[in-house]
Amino acid sequence: MKKNWYDNLWIVSLIYLLLGFFNILFAWAGLFCFFIPLVVSVAGGGKIYCNRYCGRGQLFALFGGRFGLSRKKNPPKFLKSRWFRYGFLIFFFTMFFLMLWNTWLVFAGARELRQVVKLLWTFKLPWHWAYHAASVKPWVAQFAFGFYSVMLTSTVLGFITMLLFKPRSWCVYCPIGTMTQLICKAKCGKM
Amino acid sequence: MAVFSKSKRKAQVSLRDCVACGCCVKACPMAAIRIVKGVFAEVDATKCVGCGRCVKECPAAVVAIAEVPA
Repeated sequence: MKKNWYDNLWIVSLIYLLLGFFNILFAWAGLFCFFIPLVVSVAGGGKIYCNRYCGRGQLFALFGGRFGLSRKKNPPKFLKSRWFRYGFLIFFFTMFFLMLWNTWLVFAGARELRQVVKLLWTFKLPWHWAYHAASVKPWVAQFAFGFYSVMLTSTVLGFITMLLFKPRSWCVYCPIGTMTQLICKAKCGKM
Repeated sequence: MAVFSKSKRKAQVSLRDCVACGCCVKACPMAAIRIVKGVFAEVDATKCVGCGRCVKECPAAVVAIAEVPA
């Protein structure tokens, strides 16, 4: 099958994750993964981002498929149920807004910068080595730590479900994918 | 005397549960699947040969091979 340039976007995802280990400020670049799919679906492009350009999905397909790390079993019914998908979407964005709130507190001077990455919304991993910057304002760094936590957490979750089920099981409950599908459904009146 | 079935194997998507991720589109060797308006995957029965690659690939397990009248 002919390979296209966008089939290699997993490299971008991998580089993004690695850069976060060296300089946390690169985490800001992850906003593209948030906004591009939403803008594309609102603009009428459907789920073309998920279908073609999602580097993370490609990464899971690569590790689970070509490298054979996936069990390639069907996911349990609950994982693909609507209540789980929409429930996870709500939970994910609640945590996202909590992260924005923490950024606001640092911006307002009510809280000091915390140089940690919170994995799975629970485990605080020291990440001070990736913060070198007196050159940026503390809230800018706080957002980077928070956003990288979101990105790393979703990657870890996706990796676990990749191992247990099919390579791209993350796509079933990916909050961005769920949201873009909701946008598409709303646009064609299939809610 | 051999008895020949008049049915064919075709992929069918559960539209209600499809997450429109597009994994089946990439897996299909016949380019018989497309994502319709970002909502669900649709199989072109005239192109589908019922190989089942999409079934193996679908992370939501919403594609199945069914016998349909030829």
